[in-house]
Formats: sequence, C-alpha cells, structure tokens
Amino acid sequence: MPNFDQTLDEILNLAAAQFKVPREKLAPDDDFFKTLGIDSLQTLDLLTRLEHHFRIELPDYELQGVSDFRTLADRVQARL
Amino acid sequence: METFRGQALSWGLKDGVVELALHREPNNELGSMALAEAEKFVNSLEQVGEVAHALIIYSKLPSGFSAGADLRELYQRSQNVPRAQAVRIVRDQLERTHRVMNAIDASPLTTIAAVHGIVFGGGFELALVCDLIIADKTARFCFPELRLGLIPGWGGIPRLKRDLGNAVVRDLLLTGRSFNATKLQQAGLASQVVGEGEALRVARATAVQLGKFDHHTAAAAKKFIKPIPYDELRREIDLFCELFTHPTVDAGLRKFVESTDAQPYLP
Repeated sequence: MPNFDQTLDEILNLAAAQFKVPREKLAPDDDFFKTLGIDSLQTLDLLTRLEHHFRIELPDYELQGVSDFRTLADRVQARL
Repeated sequence: METFRGQALSWGLKDGVVELALHREPNNELGSMALAEAEKFVNSLEQVGEVAHALIIYSKLPSGFSAGADLRELYQRSQNVPRAQAVRIVRDQLERTHRVMNAIDASPLTTIAAVHGIVFGGGFELALVCDLIIADKTARFCFPELRLGLIPGWGGIPRLKRDLGNAVVRDLLLTGRSFNATKLQQAGLASQVVGEGEALRVARATAVQLGKFDHHTAAAAKKFIKPIPYDELRREIDLFCELFTHPTVDAGLRKFVESTDAQPYLP
C-alpha cells in the first residue's frame, strides 16, 4: 500500500496529466479548482479517475468542501 | 423515419438502427424544448415499424450524457405564479415526460443507452428506460434530487427498483452519491463498461449483433422480461407533486440556480 506522500504524488501526477498542467506548477496545498481551472463537473471527472487509479470507492460527499490536494490525498489514503 | 435535427435532440435511421443524439449545451439539461422534441421523436419511433430493430441514445457533448432536468427553467417557471398553478405546470410536464419515457421503455426495438461523463437525475432516468446501458469509464451516475427536497420524477425509483436490489436503490437515492461505471456494473445495471470515448462504437457493434435475431422474437422476449411498473410510476408523479408544494423545494432550487459554489453538482 502506498504511503501518504506517494498517494499525494500520484494524485498530483494524475491531475497534471488529465488537465494538462505542468506537474511542477502543482503544490500539495494548492486550491485545485483554481490551479487546474476546473469546475464541479470536472471535479467529478477527477474523482472518477482517482477511483479507477487507486481502485477505491470515494463517495462524492466526502469531497464536499475539499479544495486542496493534500486533503484530497488524505481522503484517498483513508480508502486504501 | 425522417432525419431530424433539433435544438436539443437529433435522430436518424440507418441500417435498421435508430440513433437519438442529445446535444443541448452546456450539459444536456432537459427542459421544455427537449421535451417537445422528444415527443416528436416518440411519434416518429412508433411509425418506424419493421425497418428498425434497435435504438441507440447517446450524447454529442463532451461533458457527458445529461445533467438531468433543466433546474433553472423549472425554477423560473415556478416563480411569480401561485403555488397551485406551479404544481399544475409541473404535473403537466411530468405527465408528458412519463409518456415519452414509457414509450421508449415499451418500444419493440431493443434500446441501448451509450453513456459517458455525467449521467445525473433525469439523464440517469433516460438511461434507465433503455434495455442495455453501455457506459464508458468516465461515466458517473447520480440521483441528487433529495438535496432539492424532491425525489426523481421521471420514473427513476420504480425503474431502479425493477432492475436492482432495494438496498442499492436506497444507497443511490438516500445518500445522493454518484456511482462510477464499474460500480454500476457491479450493481447489475450497466451491461458493459468500455474505454473512454468507446461507448457509441460498442453500442453500434451491439446493435449489429441484435439485428441478427428475428425482430418479433426479440420484441416478445423484451415484453416478457421487462414489465413496466405503471402503478408505481403514477404514484411517483403524485408524490413528486406533493413534495413540490413544500417550501424546501423552492429554497433548494433557488440555492442551485443562484449558487456560485464551485461544487454545485456535488451532493
């Protein structure tokens, strides 16, 4: 099982690739809505990709109020 | 069947397969325009006779299959009129929408929903009337109506109940959370999960396979195995209209319409 830092790194890599943002421009405490320039529907797309990538189920209400990569990684890690 | 190109829907017939495309920006919100065109489609579908064996419903928009009912239109139409009149307007829309959904549900053609991206609320209900759901791996399915103080109004609960165990129906309905395509397949609703952007291609290949069977036998088999829960559908309309009179609905719709929240589509 990946540790928290590995999970966070994989999420940053996945987000960078999906939304075509240079990986080096993404930081763990960034607001991903602003950094990635995404809306709620694209957030759901990111959620779907995270679920497939980590082979987890992450109810979307757990993302309510989550806007930074570090907290997102925390939610994912809790499901691994 | 004549080819039709509308503002929300388009359709045509080729090689025995009717294709109905949704293409109203931004997310195929289904309002009065889509309903009027859907009624026209259903009339055409009933005339198609022996020349077709399958129907594929899909979206041309990148965001997904459909975000469901046009909540902004629903909100605007319910403003500045007495509540009783607003309920009559809603009931009329529901009755018309149910006639369309029931006609597709009961069609002798084998019907396929080829879905991707968001498949929410009324969009999910449209997929549920189809015999097969082919979902690309980006698809996400959700009934978020409870946060508006409502239930799904276009046949969602009776049709979920027809196809799924009650515990899964409760999970979808009462939590308002969304399922990805794999989860929906595990639950037994999606017949195939395919790669990103592949749902329509796979639906067309499936339609070719369906065409190898005798049409009358396929129609008889469908009629035998897929009962339409008319009584529950009728009760759903009544319950929706009853709930629509509650002040929570107006507040919920207003919150959605006026929201600047970055996450309005999250339950």
